[in-house]
This record gives sequence, structure tokens and C-alpha cells, in this order.
Amino acid sequence: MRTFEYIRAADRADAVARARRGARFLGGGTNIVDLLRQNVEQASELVDVSRLDGAIRQSDGGGLLIDASVRNAALAAHPLVRRRYPVLSRALLAGASAQIRNMATVGGNILQRTRCMYFYDVEGARCNKRQPGTGCDALDGFNRYHAILGASDQCVATHPSDMCVALAMLDALIHLSGPDGKRSIRLTDFHVLPNASPHIETVLKPGELITGVELPPPSDAVTHSEYRKVRDRSSYAFALISVAGGLALTDGRVTEARIALGGVAARPWRAARAEAALIGVAPTEEAFLAAIREELADAQPLSGNAFKIVLVERTVVALLAALAGAHQ
Amino acid sequence: MTIRVNGTEVSPPDDARVSLLDLLREHLHLTGTKKGCDQGACGACTVLLDGNRVLSCLTLAAQAEGSDVRTIEGLAGEGDDLHMLQQAFVEYDGLQCGYCTPGQICSAIAMADELRRGDPSYVTRDIAASPPPVTRAEIRERMSGNLCRCGAHNGIVEAIEHMLRETAA
Ligand SMILES: Cc1cc2nc3c(=O)[nH]c(=O)nc-3n(C[C@H](O)[C@H](O)[C@H](O)COP(=O)(O)OP(=O)(O)OC[C@H]3O[C@@H](n4cnc5c(N)ncnc54)[C@H](O)[C@@H]3O)c2cc1C
Ligand code: SF4
Ligand code: FES
Ligand code: FES
Repeated sequence: MRTFEYIRAADRADAVARARRGARFLGGGTNIVDLLRQNVEQASELVDVSRLDGAIRQSDGGGLLIDASVRNAALAAHPLVRRRYPVLSRALLAGASAQIRNMATVGGNILQRTRCMYFYDVEGARCNKRQPGTGCDALDGFNRYHAILGASDQCVATHPSDMCVALAMLDALIHLSGPDGKRSIRLTDFHVLPNASPHIETVLKPGELITGVELPPPSDAVTHSEYRKVRDRSSYAFALISVAGGLALTDGRVTEARIALGGVAARPWRAARAEAALIGVAPTEEAFLAAIREELADAQPLSGNAFKIVLVERTVVALLAALAGAHQ
Repeated sequence: MTIRVNGTEVSPPDDARVSLLDLLREHLHLTGTKKGCDQGACGACTVLLDGNRVLSCLTLAAQAEGSDVRTIEGLAGEGDDLHMLQQAFVEYDGLQCGYCTPGQICSAIAMADELRRGDPSYVTRDIAASPPPVTRAEIRERMSGNLCRCGAHNGIVEAIEHMLRETAA
């Protein structure tokens, strides 16, 4: 690990100014400290943004504003989140461990990097994401955890965040502040697919800081929402696949369906096709299966992860059936 | 700014790369806190930072400036007294080799505070309900960030249940 300076940001403007000169932001450090230590990433200066404002408050429109430095544990335990956005609490609590959730920030969680083992293996593996143009050892290697949707022949990695799957389902907005001012962008437009340049993972511009996340007021489907994660052991493990789902019913028909998938692509995957297929239908397991199959029509399994297609189907059906049952 | 470690003010290291774990073990010779994986995957390095459980291997020492750190060495009273949970680990066979034990104990003490505050866990059925029920499944999920290669988990959970019973009274 190369030497670096550690500085606490005085305020957001100071953080942005330092980042424009080449500093890297430091949240809880649970990902970047590891990446620096393994020499996957390098930094000459870390500017600590975890001590900037860390509030959770209601927005004027009845939604929720969450500062980027709020810790994952605090967000999961917040009464308004638990009551109005239960899918977000559950997704956060599905991630990592209590210790890591106490450290990890909302901003850092959104920008955490893939857990593809070849990406971490600086000495031993070829990886287009770490070193563009070198190849991708996952294509013919251990790809059980990798993508089935939206991948390219350059990279098949997945985004590992649980929280982001819930945020995608919730239509969350990300607020940014950079050298050219402020802007906001939907979380579902924030992470980009690998295409020919898998080292580019988001639309963030150099020096831009995530200042917060905004949740719109909860719709009926959001109030009745849940998160399910399937993994190789029942806790403290990254997802094989996960599902964030919400359902609203009127007179025995689906009036609103929300589905986002984790562990399937380089970004949290909002299943818009499946959602559209469910509007107006009776909430049966057959209907849920038909809908998710439409979403997965383009899925392209790798040598080691064809099981994910069936796993997504079954998990979506089980989750939506449980939500429909709870409405009764 | 200094870091308060078990009540004593210490200066942060000059090199910003030094982790809180290495500060404790290599610089301060507080070797109770253990290094298992050094990458966030085992929990052996768990300490209390301003009362919250964190992994000292992924915390830069500089991040702890101005904060209060408590390690296994700082839990017991004066003399030979053990902390109630240390005693319970002895009584309920909460360890074999003991390597994970300091992390388990620091973790469980903070977990008890989280339960008292009413924080939910992944297995809490009604996530909005507060306080959550204190079941074995809850304890196991909340302690999942501390691995034990010797498989002493049954004794660990029993020792924690003992502490929760005693402090609830
Ligand atoms: C053993 C282990 C298991 C884990 N399991 C899971 C899991 O099951 N599910 C899951 O979702 N996650 C899991 N994680 C990952 C964890 O959630 C992330 O490491 C964490 O959310 C990152 O947040 P942080 O604040 O520590 O980020 P940091 O490590 O501080 O930063 C990560 C990145 O974000 C950038 N950054 C930080 N804040 C900002 C900001 N405000 N604006 C712009 N850029 C910023 C940094 O520059 C860096 O590039 C696990 C981690 C470990 C070590
Ligand atoms: S899948 Fe992506 S991250 Fe993994 S080795 Fe291939 S290029 Fe690298
Ligand atoms: S040594 Fe810190 S988690 Fe393993
Ligand atoms: S007692 Fe040996 S690792 Fe837990």
C-alpha cells in the first residue's frame, strides 16, 4: 500500500475541492481501505466525508432525505424507514455484519465495488475492470456469483450492494455536488452496464460527491414491501441473488407492482417488464412466474450460474405470494 | 487530537496507513484484540468505538482521532474481577482456542445495547415492532459477524443469554 494523507473534510465544498485535486473520498472505509491494502486501488490523499452532516429528515413532499454520511445501521433502525420503507431496512440488515453496518455510510455503500475474486487478485488474475484491456478471467473461471443480465464479453461482474436493490425499487434519487455544481439523478440511472469499458461503473464525474439520497413518499406497494436474499450461508455473506418487492391490490387485482433484483447484473436491476405484466392481473403464483419470465427472457447464464435464473423465478414468486397473502 | 484507548489518551500514528488494529497490537501492545483475516471477514478484531462495535482492521487509526476506544483489556474491573460476560464465557464453555473470544465479547456487549435500543435485525419478522423479541435466532443473526472456527457457538449464545437475563432483571 502506498502512503497517503488522511484529512477530515471541513465541509462539502472542501471535500469537493480536494477531490478535484485528486483526493479520494473516505466513508466508513470498509471497502476502500481493503482495496488500497490489496493494491487494487491507489490514493495519495483520503478526505474523510463520514463526519459531515448525517441527518435523516422528511422532505417537503412527504418523502425522506438521507444524508450520504448516515451509517447503514442507523438508517436501518430509523423508525420512519422501518414503518414506511420496510424493504430498505430489511435490505440494509441483510448486508454484511453489525460491525460493518455501524461503519459503512450510505454514500460508500452506493459506490462499493464488485466482489469478483479476480478483480481482487492483483498478482494472479486478468481483469478488465481493474486493468482495462487485460482480459476477464471470470468468463471461463469461477463465475457462480456473476451476472445473468446486462453483462458484456469484457466483464460479467455484479454490483454487490443490498441497499441499492431496495433504493432501485423505491425510485430513489441521488443528490450530487461537484466542481460544476449540484445535480440529482435516479439511482437506476447511476450505475452503468459494463459494455466495452467495465472500469467505468457510474455516471459520477471527477470530484463529484454524493451528498444524499431522497426517497419519494411511499406508495401503497412500498408500504407493503419486503426484501429476500439468497446466499451460500444464512448470514454475513454476499447475495447469490436477492429480490426487493412491493405489491398493491384493489378488489383482487394488482394495481401496483415493484420488483428489483440484486446479484444479477452490474447494477441493481429494476424489473420494469415484470412490473408492467402484473398490472391488472389477479395475484396468483402463475401470474408472478409469467411476469418474471418476461423479465428474464434475455438472461444469459455463464458456465457456473444458470441456477440463478430458476432461483430468481422462485424467489420472486415466493416473495410476491407472501406479500399478496399479507394483503388478505 | 488524541485517541482515548481504555481511558488513556494516545497519539495517533504518523503514518495514515496504520489501522486501528495495528495501532492497538503493534504500537500499544494491547494484543487482546486479534487479527484473523485483516479484511473484514471474521470479526476477531471487533472493538467498541464510542460504544459501537466496529472492525478495527478496516478502521484507520486516524479515523478514531477524538474518539473513545474500548478493547477486551478495558472491560474488566480492577484486580482479578472479570466482566460479567467474560465470566459467563468461562461458565458456559463459550470458547475453545480463545482466538475469536475478545471479538465475540466486545461484539456481544454492543449487541446488548442495540437490543435495548430496540434495533431490528434481518430475522425480526415485524421490522417496525420495537423492541424486537430476544430469541436464539435473533442472537445468532446479530452475532453472525463473529466467526468461531472451533465451533463454540452454542456456548457463546448461552453465555450471551445469561448476560441478557442478568442485565434485564
Ligand atoms: C466482509 C464483508 C462483507 C460484506 N457483505 C456485504 C453484503 O452482504 N451486502 C452488502 O451490500 N455489502 C456488503 N459489504 C460491503 C459494505 O456494505 C461496503 O463495504 C460499505 O457499504 C461501503 O461503505 P463505506 O462507507 O465503508 O465506503 P468506503 O469504503 O469508505 O468507500 C467506498 C467507495 O465510495 C467512495 N465514497 C464514499 N463516500 C462517498 C460519497 N459521499 N460520495 C462519493 N464517493 C464516496 C469512496 O471513495 C470509495 O470509492 C461487505 C463488506 C465486507 C468487508
Ligand atoms: S468479471 Fe469483471 S471484475 Fe471480474 S475478472 Fe472479469 S472484468 Fe474483472
Ligand atoms: S481481522 Fe478484522 S474482521 Fe478479521
Ligand atoms: S474459540 Fe477458537 S475460534 Fe472461537
